[in-house]
Amino acid sequence: MDGIQPPSSTPPRAAPWNDPVIRGYAFQIVVFGGVIALGWWLVANTLENMARQNIASGFGFIVQESGFDIGDTLIDYSPADSYGHAIWVGILNTLRVALIGIVLATLLGTLIGIGRLSTNWLLAKICGWYVEIIRNIPLLLQLFIWYKLITLYSPGPRQAASIGNVFISNRGVQFPVPKADPSHMWMGIALLLGIVLSFFVARWAKARQAATGQQFHTVWASIGLILGLPLLVFVGSGFPLVWDVPELKGFNFAGGVVLLPEFFALLIGLTVYTAAFIAEIVRAGILAVNRGQSEAAAALGLRPNTAMRLVILPQALRVIIPPMTSQYLNITKNSSLAIAIGYPDIVAVLNTTMNQTGQAIEGTALIMACYLTVSLSISLFMNWYNKKIALVER
Amino acid sequence: MLRRTIIAAAAATITAFVAGQAMAGAKLDAIKSRGEILCGVSTGLAGFSIADSQGKWTGIDVDVCRAVAAALFGDANKVKFVPLSAQQRFTALQSGEVDVLSRNTTWTQQRDTALGLNFTGVTYYDGQGFMVATKLGVKSAKELNGATVCVQPGTTTELNLADWARSNKVDIKPVVIEKLEEIEQAFFSGRCDAYTTDASGLAATRASKAPKPDDYMLLPEIISKEPLGPAVSHGDDQWADLIRWTFNALVEAEEYGITAAKVDEMKKSDNPGIKRLLGVTPGLGKNLGVSEEWAANAIKAVGNYGEMYERNVGKASPLKLDRGLNALWSKGGIMYSPPVR
Repeated sequence: MDGIQPPSSTPPRAAPWNDPVIRGYAFQIVVFGGVIALGWWLVANTLENMARQNIASGFGFIVQESGFDIGDTLIDYSPADSYGHAIWVGILNTLRVALIGIVLATLLGTLIGIGRLSTNWLLAKICGWYVEIIRNIPLLLQLFIWYKLITLYSPGPRQAASIGNVFISNRGVQFPVPKADPSHMWMGIALLLGIVLSFFVARWAKARQAATGQQFHTVWASIGLILGLPLLVFVGSGFPLVWDVPELKGFNFAGGVVLLPEFFALLIGLTVYTAAFIAEIVRAGILAVNRGQSEAAAALGLRPNTAMRLVILPQALRVIIPPMTSQYLNITKNSSLAIAIGYPDIVAVLNTTMNQTGQAIEGTALIMACYLTVSLSISLFMNWYNKKIALVER
Repeated sequence: MLRRTIIAAAAATITAFVAGQAMAGAKLDAIKSRGEILCGVSTGLAGFSIADSQGKWTGIDVDVCRAVAAALFGDANKVKFVPLSAQQRFTALQSGEVDVLSRNTTWTQQRDTALGLNFTGVTYYDGQGFMVATKLGVKSAKELNGATVCVQPGTTTELNLADWARSNKVDIKPVVIEKLEEIEQAFFSGRCDAYTTDASGLAATRASKAPKPDDYMLLPEIISKEPLGPAVSHGDDQWADLIRWTFNALVEAEEYGITAAKVDEMKKSDNPGIKRLLGVTPGLGKNLGVSEEWAANAIKAVGNYGEMYERNVGKASPLKLDRGLNALWSKGGIMYSPPVR
């Protein structure tokens, strides 16, 4: 090794164990193999232990009769139905509270987020305090508080407070609904038709404005289509409206539709809690838009609400949407706290199922699969929406 | 050097896994070498298993575990009580988190087979009842049509309620909350018209949790059979034997009139049955793989079944439950021990 070697045209080939590419592959294969082996060991060990204790396994229980009742169902259900049907009831209950919660939390959160930016000192402080207090108390505690407030301070069914034909008691809010009629299906179809038509009207109006500069009252036309078409069907089929009014019968109200205290407590708890987080996201989004943007909009002669709608919000949404997705997922997952206050969501139903059948692993797997499906669906939708409103570089 | 360390660590880990699997076999030996029984109990049901402000557990289910500890170790305090909700209990037993589940648990075919449990006997014959507010003016459970009923999930109670409502064409709306304290609170706050669970549990709740016990009453109907008893996992046969026969010894002791205070005195008895039970004539202890003093120790620790009953749920307790079905077979009940011989 004396002197400088002449530079060779190709670098000398390293030994295979020193080659970074081969090394990279080797390590990945080892890690991958390790993960597979660990997974295999967990599954094999579990199966062996279960076989040793003669614990039943498999998903055969899904078609067996459940034998337990559920207090709050969106679809018909009785204890004679299968576990699978009971689980479906649970999934619908989870979706119901999650979807309504998402809508309400978004509305409340947006109002509070904008309120915190208000120039009105009192309003800004109240909104600030709301955020700081609510988001620093654990959700489970808040659910207990709401549930206790509702059950302790609402009257019994015989002393129910009534507003017209709506009755409020510790059995829930009971309100009248129209009795089913064949024409309702046609009204539903008319409603869908109205939504589809107003979508096309909006597209046409936009194209026309781009081409000629003429504006069109899209909002009013849409409202007219969406409400007017079902109304036409309603009038055309001769006002088929009979109310199913709740009445006190024995212990409870019969007739109408009831929203149970457990549902209310969970919905209020989730909405109030998540709204605090959404408020901060909205505030951050609005603050992220450069002040020059609103000044420029004003200089162009746009009115403040038009500027907000056409200039500020589209830019703020780009900041708002990604963290908002996380909050929507949080609402969905936090709804599993329902079991603490007796709302029969998917977790509550599957917990009972696991206990009756003893098949904890299958039950837990089903719970995970349900939440994964719902969460991924929300994620997919929000990612699609995010891409749609994202900055398009020209 | 590093490589060798990694290989050694991997080998050690694999050995540990394999060893972990092989160890799970003989439960009784594992408990002996641990020197303590892990006993799964409820989160707080007066008369069966409830902890006081000092953390001392009392109740029939608790005493069963203490008696087994006395039989096995000669010391009734070698028990660690693990409070479990109705939902957690079977998983805790299946996964080996507790050695025995002594938690007012009903013996059913499903649990004895598909859940992989072995029940070791019946320590309390119970039945499901209803509690309502007196001011409701209900005299029979059949009048509960349209009523809202509070019930705990994951229990036979929940299933019995659905069965009973179906067969009697009574429309019932269940409110199902996991935690016992929460469901009781929901009932007392008026969220439900009735609360249903085992009759003993209703008496316990009424006596210890109701704001004013006289404002609440139990309805006369008993709608189910609820034989409560301890359970162990499938495969732990020797361990199951010890629990089964320790409890039987307590029942047998009541038949012979052996009380906690009189154990040593009764050892001098001429009755061959008593001599066998108390280990004066050896043999029974060896069969179980424990000391010959096993039954004597168990009786000294918790008394015979009658003493245990009266102290926890009977006349000497706030529950004031009659012996009823739980009286000895010779005194009009169905509590009966196979011959301890």
